[in-house]
Amino acid sequence: MLTILFDGVAYGMLLFVLACGLSVTLGLMNFINLAHGAFAMAGGYCTVILVNRFGVPFALGLPLAFLATALLGGLLERTLYVHVYARSHLDQVLFTIGLVFMSVAAIDYTMGSSQQFVQIPDALQGQINVLGIGMGKYRLLIIAVCGLLTIALQLILTKTRFGSRLRAAVDDQRVARGLGINVGAVFGLTFAFGSGLAGLGGALGAEILGLDPTFPLKYMIYFLIVVTVGGTSSITGPFFASILLGIGDVAGKYYVPKLGAFVIYAIMIVVLIWRPQGLFARATAR
Amino acid sequence: MTTPPLTSALADQVSTYLKGRARWSALEIAFWIFAFSTIWLFPSKHLILKDTAILALFALSLDLILGYAGIISLGQAAFFGFAGYFAGLVAKYGLITEPVVALIAAGLVAAALGFVTSFLVLRGSDLTRLMVTLGVSLMLGEVANRYSNITGGADGLQGVDIEPILGRFRFDLYGHNGYVYCLIVLFVCFVIARRVVYSPFGLSLRSVKGNPLRASAIGIPVRWRMVAIYTFSAGIAGIAGALLTQTTAFCSLDVFSLDRSADLLLVLIIGGTGYLYGGLIGAVIYKFLQDWIANLTPQYWQFWIGLVLVTIVLIGRDRMQFWIETIRSTVENFGARLVARPAKLAAPDGK
Repeated sequence: MLTILFDGVAYGMLLFVLACGLSVTLGLMNFINLAHGAFAMAGGYCTVILVNRFGVPFALGLPLAFLATALLGGLLERTLYVHVYARSHLDQVLFTIGLVFMSVAAIDYTMGSSQQFVQIPDALQGQINVLGIGMGKYRLLIIAVCGLLTIALQLILTKTRFGSRLRAAVDDQRVARGLGINVGAVFGLTFAFGSGLAGLGGALGAEILGLDPTFPLKYMIYFLIVVTVGGTSSITGPFFASILLGIGDVAGKYYVPKLGAFVIYAIMIVVLIWRPQGLFARATAR
Repeated sequence: MTTPPLTSALADQVSTYLKGRARWSALEIAFWIFAFSTIWLFPSKHLILKDTAILALFALSLDLILGYAGIISLGQAAFFGFAGYFAGLVAKYGLITEPVVALIAAGLVAAALGFVTSFLVLRGSDLTRLMVTLGVSLMLGEVANRYSNITGGADGLQGVDIEPILGRFRFDLYGHNGYVYCLIVLFVCFVIARRVVYSPFGLSLRSVKGNPLRASAIGIPVRWRMVAIYTFSAGIAGIAGALLTQTTAFCSLDVFSLDRSADLLLVLIIGGTGYLYGGLIGAVIYKFLQDWIANLTPQYWQFWIGLVLVTIVLIGRDRMQFWIETIRSTVENFGARLVARPAKLAAPDGK
């Protein structure tokens, strides 16, 4: 029971790191980015190549994955995404689904369709027992890394100047622009950072979530659930939503294995009917 | 509706214009004559043409809600798959053996599902709708996977034996009868859909899409109009799904997948939304494009499909729509001159 809870929390933390970039893009630019999972996949494959082929230590592979995906995200944002911000939601959905299809086929072409594994150092394998609960060491690492990241993000968002600019831009873009905040630049940076986080999440999660070319399609729905259920106005909303989702999913798969993801979709639909703006959304009139 | 005498001239003008617009144009008649002539023109291509007809019908259902009511949906596959399994199961267990009756029943069942889920969909913003429609179809997929003793699970529904249509025309291996059947169903559904969108009901839908607040201010029950068109569209999607099961005698979990709904959006975008033929033309282009690309690179055709999507968006749909409109009006004017019909009423564009 407690092991399920533990696994669920680890899973949820991972989902949060994967999805929080998405929640910011959605909240900031009202942009539906279905291709977010593609960045996560890029991070995962980046780590696989670095660690398995070039023998880069795992601990170094993770930050490199973050950097590589952040660069990729920033590049795509400046060259392609900027043209689509002002378009209708339908255009955005089409555009990003197109990107997903392309990334899936491109990875399939270059890396093959089989599942990839990252070689994890021996020190991180196996379990340790704390108070009778079996905890995977790797999952402990995930919780630690993601927990630290969450705290760091929250601090950046609430304490720094950049954070207050970002929040201002999310709250009211036009007024923020009027106050001299360069919303485009703030957004570009945030997008790159969010993509980087997704890449890091993909690298960390390759072990748990599995990594194959269909990754962006498989997990897209999960990211979107986190974002829609958690709301886009803060990072605490998506955080709680992902923990909830993680525990729900692990428990659902454990207790009613054949029903699979049904539980999750059902929870999502109920929440969205109950509160269409998300569980933790502030009541803003926009 | 009572109109004050002063404006009756205008009302007459508007009604003449609308009636003129609802009339079948020469181009449309030519389109359908060509569509039916393919039965004899390309007998060797009947299998792919059959798939195209089904896809066209499916795209038509999405056009009804996207082009006319402005609902973005990634979940049309829910109705497609639901009715597909329904048609497969009733045929397998011999509940309804006549394909045409089974088809109508499947459409009704899908419409019922559409009616129930419409209340979930018609809330919230675009993103919420997207998520709920997607969630519904994925949930149905999970349920179909769960009850694999009934649905066959991942292996698909096997052992479906479809009786001959009307007791006379058996589905053959080369899809000849299947294609004729699909084409007739497509035509019938199209005529019904056309009747619906050019009726006052269809006009009220357009106004809802244009501005829901104003529409409700002039007395249009926005919510119920949405429910009605969503239900109708679900029924059409269901008929498409049932057609697929009947003509292939097979149904798999793949009918609920996200790819199917996403492809459908692509089809509609290629053809253009909001004039009913978009889905049909889009389906033809998409199918042959897919066939052609798949022949070139069997495994990676998705990449090129994605590239097409991205390019279309970057070029801009409005611009493409503009080109299509230009070509269409040129051809139509040309056709009109040939037939030498009385000059059309010069009225401002309805949009």
